[in-house]
Amino acid sequence: MGEPASKIEVKNIKDIGLDEGVARLTPEKIETVVNDVIDNETGARLKVYVDTCVHCGLCSEACHYYLSNDKNPIFAPAAKVKQTLWEIVEKKGKVSPAFIRRAAELCYTECNLCRRCAMYCPFGIDVAYMMLIMRRICHKLGVTPQYIQDTAHSHSATMNQMWVKEDEWIDTLFWQEEEAGEEVENLRIPLEKEGADVMYSVIGPEPKFRAQLIYQAAVIMNAAGVDWTMPATPGWDNSDMAMYTGDNEMMARLKKEHFETAMRLKVKRIVMGECGHAFRSVYDMGNRALGWKMPPVEMVHALEFYYELFKADRIKIKHKFDKPVTLHDPCNVIRGRGLHEMARYVVNKTCATFIEMTPNREHNYCCCAGGGVINCGPPFRDKRVVSNRVKADQLSAVKKKGVEVCIAPCHNCHGGLEDIIHHYHLGLELKFLGDIIYEIMEKPE
Amino acid sequence: MHTLYNFVSGPLAWLAFIVFIGGSIYKIVTMARLAKKKDSAVYEYWDTGFALRSIAHWSIPFATVNWRKNPIMTLVTFAFHISLIAVPLFLCAHALLWKEVFDINWWYIPDGMADVMTLIVIGACFYFAGRRILRPDVKYLTSTSDYLLLLMVVMPFFTGFWAYHQWPGYRMMFILHMLSGEFVLAAIPFTRLSHMLYAVFTRGYIGSEFGAVRHAKDW
Ligand code: SF4
Ligand code: SF4
Ligand code: SF4
Repeated sequence: MGEPASKIEVKNIKDIGLDEGVARLTPEKIETVVNDVIDNETGARLKVYVDTCVHCGLCSEACHYYLSNDKNPIFAPAAKVKQTLWEIVEKKGKVSPAFIRRAAELCYTECNLCRRCAMYCPFGIDVAYMMLIMRRICHKLGVTPQYIQDTAHSHSATMNQMWVKEDEWIDTLFWQEEEAGEEVENLRIPLEKEGADVMYSVIGPEPKFRAQLIYQAAVIMNAAGVDWTMPATPGWDNSDMAMYTGDNEMMARLKKEHFETAMRLKVKRIVMGECGHAFRSVYDMGNRALGWKMPPVEMVHALEFYYELFKADRIKIKHKFDKPVTLHDPCNVIRGRGLHEMARYVVNKTCATFIEMTPNREHNYCCCAGGGVINCGPPFRDKRVVSNRVKADQLSAVKKKGVEVCIAPCHNCHGGLEDIIHHYHLGLELKFLGDIIYEIMEKPE
Repeated sequence: MHTLYNFVSGPLAWLAFIVFIGGSIYKIVTMARLAKKKDSAVYEYWDTGFALRSIAHWSIPFATVNWRKNPIMTLVTFAFHISLIAVPLFLCAHALLWKEVFDINWWYIPDGMADVMTLIVIGACFYFAGRRILRPDVKYLTSTSDYLLLLMVVMPFFTGFWAYHQWPGYRMMFILHMLSGEFVLAAIPFTRLSHMLYAVFTRGYIGSEFGAVRHAKDW
């Protein structure tokens, strides 16, 4: 193996979805689509953001892409808008296919929509919002990276992200119930239980690749005596890559299915597993696409749910987790929902030694996998890992203080951090908070 | 010279005020209407309490992480903006004008202080221009219009300073002072200077989203 990449070249990375999509474009088509989106789907916010930005660069240092790539100006948040929407708005859509190629690669793979920069711009200009508009344009132009488009197709064909068929889903739950039943007698994963307190929903990759997480959740629910259920029908998956490709119609359909499943089961609330983007989709974007100001069914993220369980003393632990840990703050539930103190409460309840990374809480750095970037697949992997040297530095700093385990309560963050840990030879173990709770809790026999 | 003076200090001044006030109202009203039609979320999620919380933090030097990260820029930009607003409004000579034209008694600041504040504005403009040239990320964002804006802003202060100290040609400078001041005033609603009108709304909106929906700080 050669030296790991440490710099990225700024050139178009080959991607069949982007390349072939662009090959089909004509300037006329671009103009029509752009103006359709700008005139019909945006309004005052975009105009005011474009007019108000004073080109001061105060947002630059907010972005891990900028910081990690030796402050290359093209990665500053406002620069991302300059390379996309400023030009498009100014030229009223008269831009070339080559321009769209660069804009598409930028908005899908050089911004995690982590919204850190909105906290650094004195005007609170929301660059992530503008990158989403750019993605919307690209989606309508048919210029989307291949891998993430595949997951969006899966959403529209199966209503889940991973092409999981209905019988496979039910089989997986039965299988996990059986496995868990060997450890805890009479343990059930209640399916389709009408009127339960909680509907537990997960993301598509869980039954596919991380089924043990469902097992662990079942053990936790069981030990805490929660009245819960999982749906046997589509609607079990709370994830949403359509939100990130710019396919807003599909985003709305997915959330509708999810909420309606909960309503059909007449549950009091939805509890979701440890995932950041899915939370954003249910709590912030998908509900809005459907015209709901707030989700129509109460919904809480696993972090908040664990917090409630510990606060109410519903889970007993045998002993605290003894390896020193650090906590990665997933932006979608921290900047997106303010769960940072609850997360810390649970970590302190369950772990003997907790060492903070800095900056943390609302000021955390994203893992660089979010916003669908990791879902754009292997072609963009190097760029994503190199563009998060600052996270690697954060991790290596706490490692020097003795940290052995990094807790990342988000699936995307897990994927992203895994690559970073590997690439920078950090030798840290990664865990979900659920992994830790499961490991140290008192389980009923 | 006299007719020019009369024109610039009379009708043109009125015109500038009308364009500034009318233009600002027009801009804010059209944006508010457009938002109502296309971005109803802005109204739905607006929360005055959280908006003010955010605006307050960003209005106090060093009260936000980013202000603290950029101490020089923070000092310069606050000193600049305060001076930029205070000098035209409260300069003694301007206060006399308010009295003369509208018969209102206005506060005024001592001339020596106004002098210093004028120099702050001029110095700050050089600092901003320097940043645009020297910092690669800012340079990348900069277009010619950004330099023109700086020039537009610095002109009334530079010429006013000159005229006040009665340096050679000060009569001409005085006319230029009025002209450039009127020009900037009228340009506010129609250039990027409109951040002066919009800042409250953009900051307030993101403050509302962060506060009321996301339960997180935005500073
Ligand atoms: S990655 Fe985050 S900080 Fe960087 S531009 Fe995107 S939203 Fe802003
Ligand atoms: S987005 Fe905000 S911080 Fe960034 S350049 Fe524009 S005004 Fe400055
Ligand atoms: S993957 Fe994690 S850190 Fe990255 S954007 Fe999502 S929640 Fe944030």
